[in-house]
Amino acid sequence: MKETGRKDIESSSDTLIIGGREFHSRFILGSGKYSLNLIEAAVKYAGAEIVTLAVRRANTREEENILDFIPEGVTLLPNTSGARNAEEAVRIARLARELGCGDFVKIEIMRDTKYLLPDNQETIRATEILAREGFVVLPYMYPDLNAARDLVSAGAAAIMPLGAPIGSNKGLATRDFIQILIDEIELPVIVDAGIGRPSQACEAMEMGAAAIMANTALATAGDIPKMAAAFRQAIEAGRNAYLAGLGRVLTRGASASDPLTGFLRD
Amino acid sequence: MIKINGEQKDLQGVTLEDYLERSGYDRKRVAVERNGEIVSKAKYSETILKDGDVVEIVSFVGGG
Repeated sequence: MKETGRKDIESSSDTLIIGGREFHSRFILGSGKYSLNLIEAAVKYAGAEIVTLAVRRANTREEENILDFIPEGVTLLPNTSGARNAEEAVRIARLARELGCGDFVKIEIMRDTKYLLPDNQETIRATEILAREGFVVLPYMYPDLNAARDLVSAGAAAIMPLGAPIGSNKGLATRDFIQILIDEIELPVIVDAGIGRPSQACEAMEMGAAAIMANTALATAGDIPKMAAAFRQAIEAGRNAYLAGLGRVLTRGASASDPLTGFLRD
Repeated sequence: MIKINGEQKDLQGVTLEDYLERSGYDRKRVAVERNGEIVSKAKYSETILKDGDVVEIVSFVGGG
């Protein structure tokens, strides 16, 4: 058999660039809802280079801090969860930056507490303010093309449309609308929220998503590091499939894979 | 009274640095906002808490 060499297949030059920073991993890992002791293993098995965090009121005499559990070299992506409007998101983002871990921020603004759907309009406002202040802004959004275009104009570094409601593990419920964003928006499209299985992450990557963000899918899995590895493999497989270009689909009939001559008959 | 992380406390005249120290906060791991404005770490020692101040002390936690 002809040797192909793994490097040729999985090109190391395939990097994701956000805010001028280069990433080789396309898996953004959430750190919520699981034990701090598992974070290091999850990051390692996920191969993640970006990890999300939240900002909350600090407890006094807290013995453990999440920053002590995240491997060095990982880019931190604080979110603005808890914000109900642009002003609150801006306030949380500034506090996050003051914590001294860079200027990446994932804007997350929700007025609705039942479905936790993002408020696109407020998100656009917050993006504009924070981008002007020098933040690398990754807005979590409902996949709407007009809002996405406004986020581009507002200075977003990437957009993060939801696949399904947060924490639902329902997968790509918004599939067709995410495809529109991938086709029309020049910025990296990172599918965030709702991805529950590696196969769903793989599908989003096959569609041309730039990266996948997942948290609950791992946090609620039986073996968190093992699921992190499964997601990593699925995301890499989907990316390679996208780069390779998927084979065509026949609407009718069949097409033999074997030669149509030299049959052992007649 | 001073409202710190939602709780009323009698801390008039105390510096932010002293309060953080005596409460056991790790100053490297927190950010502080006073009356809506961020207080940089360099200013903790000269920030004296006044009656009516609203202070938030935050840190990172796990999240998506």
